[in-house]
Amino acid sequence: MSTAVVLRGRTVVPGLAEGEALVSPETISGWGGIDPARGIVIERRHPLYGQSFAGRILVFPGAKGSSGWAGFFQATRLAGTAPLGMIFVTTTTKAALGAVVTRVPTVTGLDQDPLTVIRTGDRVRIDADLGTVTVHPAPAPHTVTHPSTTRRRP
Amino acid sequence: MKLSDTDKAMLDGAEGPAVAAAMDLLVRYGQALDAEQLCDVRNVAGTMTQPSPAKARLVREGGWHKAYAVLNLDSDGDFAIPDMKVPTCQLQQSFGPDAEGIAPYPKEFVALQTDAEAFYSRKGVNILATCTPYQVGNLPVRGEHVAWMESSAVVYANSVLGARTNCEGTASTGAASLTGRIPCWGNHHTENRLGTHHIDVRTPVVGPLDWGMLGYFAGGLVQEERPVVTGTLARPDPLDLKHFGAAAASSGGVEIYHLPGITPEAPSLEAAFGGRPVPEAVPYGERERRAVYEDLNSQGNDPDVDFVLLGCPHASLDQVRDTARLLEGRRLSSGTQLWLMVPRALRTTADRNGWTQTIERAGGRVLTDSCPAMSRSVPPGTKVFATDSAKQAHYLPAILGIEAWFGTLADCVDAAVTGTWKGDLR
Repeated sequence: MSTAVVLRGRTVVPGLAEGEALVSPETISGWGGIDPARGIVIERRHPLYGQSFAGRILVFPGAKGSSGWAGFFQATRLAGTAPLGMIFVTTTTKAALGAVVTRVPTVTGLDQDPLTVIRTGDRVRIDADLGTVTVHPAPAPHTVTHPSTTRRRP
Repeated sequence: MKLSDTDKAMLDGAEGPAVAAAMDLLVRYGQALDAEQLCDVRNVAGTMTQPSPAKARLVREGGWHKAYAVLNLDSDGDFAIPDMKVPTCQLQQSFGPDAEGIAPYPKEFVALQTDAEAFYSRKGVNILATCTPYQVGNLPVRGEHVAWMESSAVVYANSVLGARTNCEGTASTGAASLTGRIPCWGNHHTENRLGTHHIDVRTPVVGPLDWGMLGYFAGGLVQEERPVVTGTLARPDPLDLKHFGAAAASSGGVEIYHLPGITPEAPSLEAAFGGRPVPEAVPYGERERRAVYEDLNSQGNDPDVDFVLLGCPHASLDQVRDTARLLEGRRLSSGTQLWLMVPRALRTTADRNGWTQTIERAGGRVLTDSCPAMSRSVPPGTKVFATDSAKQAHYLPAILGIEAWFGTLADCVDAAVTGTWKGDLR
């Protein structure tokens, strides 16, 4: 059993969340990037193409694309497909407003790079009131594909 | 975050529950940004009327008041929406009644949007229904703080007009409309508007195709940061800048750029960087230009063009005139459709000038309010489309799963007339 790692940063949206991490090595689009009805990434050239973020802790570098970003993530909340929590690196208006209207515990500005410390499948606890992230690494070897996700081709 | 006395009063309900909900959202949003305070805005460009299944459900449950509360304020409260406190316009939306029979789009959504327009215009929303409010009279002055969404409009407002806005969203603009406030963060501060990258252009850049490609290159290079571009640039017109910014906000997330000697906050290269050292220039030469062209055409394979899309961002009057001139006395290929997207206010002028009739005589269509990407609507059976917009060549293949060709307006019109793509970089 690996030991837990604690990262410290700043509150974006307060609250507590614990779940399995889904780590995106690339920024995520809202409009044209996700399908709120299914809670999956739909951008074809994206490394998470076809994967579900619903009920997982979404770890990503930041938001890209249209100003509809927050509206699309708010739609995941209304559709019941929202992530459990968010951890991002770069604060933009899209990502900040998106986290607010998704209403999930969110932190940023961590003292270590969450994209390298956290791997998909790790158990992650966000205490966004304190601005901390506790990472319980999943047993090696890490598998990139989560068994519950299906890859869809258009 | 420090709130003014007026902010606190609004939060405490002095101006009613809708304004309190709006201030609550602005406080949550400002804290998420780590903003120090809010600033005054008197010009908001947002979206309320565009139909969606979620919006239809909310309207059924609680009318337009409920839809605004949930989608435009992120509030679960039940309250009446008052008049907009500051001038507010609706950006592009979905296809309306004038597209019926041309652009496939659900009739019930057309009805929903028509109903929304009636409700929101009564509340003081200006239904400009365009992604280019700056083309139809909405021109904030230099230095003015505004709250706009729509990435291509945001980059134009910041860079060309010198107004100050972040790339806002549906809820933040909804809250700004009712309070006249927005977090004073990011692009509202001078130090966050200075250049970060220097691009030196070493190949002639003339006309919207080349300005669009240069923008696409700049966005890919700097991503969310701030390019300063110098070199062999012909003096751009507003159309060139519309295409440059839209492309830079598609390949990257550019919200402000500077063209020394052209855009208002950069009288010189040094000024664009605010006295900080000018970084080493990244060259944009013939090799880079060709690479961008090939990238934008990498999603085209079949030369049989079903559909030509012009007017992204919404066409200027010059583009409508040029399209009409190119189509004068010609006829579209039987298997190809051509749509030109314009703001409805400019269509009135295009009609008056006879340009709409020339385009329609050739078999083309002049449509308003929306675009194929917003409405997810193209002519039935479209597999391959051609466009003069780097932004649409970037987005539409991903959104609708169709092939894309990118070229000049003349290349696109030729493809519409012959049914075959023959564009090439010249």
